[in-house]
Amino acid sequence: MASEAPIHCSIVVESKPSALSEPCRRLLAAMAEKGYGQDDVFAVHLAMEEAFFNAVKHGNKMDPDKKVKVQWLVDGEKVDVQLEDEGQGFQPESVPDPRFGQNLYRPEGRGLLLINAYMHVVEYNEQGNGLHMVRYKDAPLPESGERPTA
Amino acid sequence: MAAIQPRISIEYIEDATVVAFTDEKILEDVDVRALRESIEAIIEQAGRIHLVLDFRHVKFLSSAVLGLLIRISKRIHEQGGELRLCSIHPGIYEVFKITRLTNVFDIYEDVSSAAQSFSDHQ
Repeated sequence: MASEAPIHCSIVVESKPSALSEPCRRLLAAMAEKGYGQDDVFAVHLAMEEAFFNAVKHGNKMDPDKKVKVQWLVDGEKVDVQLEDEGQGFQPESVPDPRFGQNLYRPEGRGLLLINAYMHVVEYNEQGNGLHMVRYKDAPLPESGERPTA
Repeated sequence: MAAIQPRISIEYIEDATVVAFTDEKILEDVDVRALRESIEAIIEQAGRIHLVLDFRHVKFLSSAVLGLLIRISKRIHEQGGELRLCSIHPGIYEVFKITRLTNVFDIYEDVSSAAQSFSDHQ
């Protein structure tokens, strides 16, 4: 039987995509321990990868001197993730919707859409360099990709 | 052995070149770049290629792979070729639906129907 105590992690990692491997592996293991199903695991994994890649590439601009702070908590009801980079921040509303017009044929720019589609709560700090996202266990999401951004 | 190189397999069905991704997860930027180089080399060599990308082994991918597919698709069309995708797992197909790339790519259920589709168009 799964323990009721939440499992959490707080770690500061380097600005390179491979630095997410270990914290992400631990997060997915914690989800398995708490009895999350495949859909939830897929969703959180994808959102985590996309958010971290954005933090490293667009936030810290791959600067090896900058770090990303990764925090997560998993309990029986939800997965709560926070990421913060050391970049200038951005305004999520300024990112073009990749589903329309010529944006559909651009090779980049789909990360935010996927995060919004797979997580129940997506919010940014005022500076735009910190992301908080939550996925509730076994909870339905609105129609794919149609939900408004936070 | 080059552990970082993502693996692909290649087979030929009639006039179609079928490239299968053999890794379950395609995530890292470096892997996506390596895949792009491998597949673009196949495209360059073939000229007007009929390419099928087979996703049967892939259980997880990031949006970087979607970008790779867009780039490959452009390259193929520049050379007068055609691209089909096939055998996409339901979870990943959902990613294509969310991003509306189902409107951009021709997606088939399996390799044989994807390969057959080229001769149907001739």
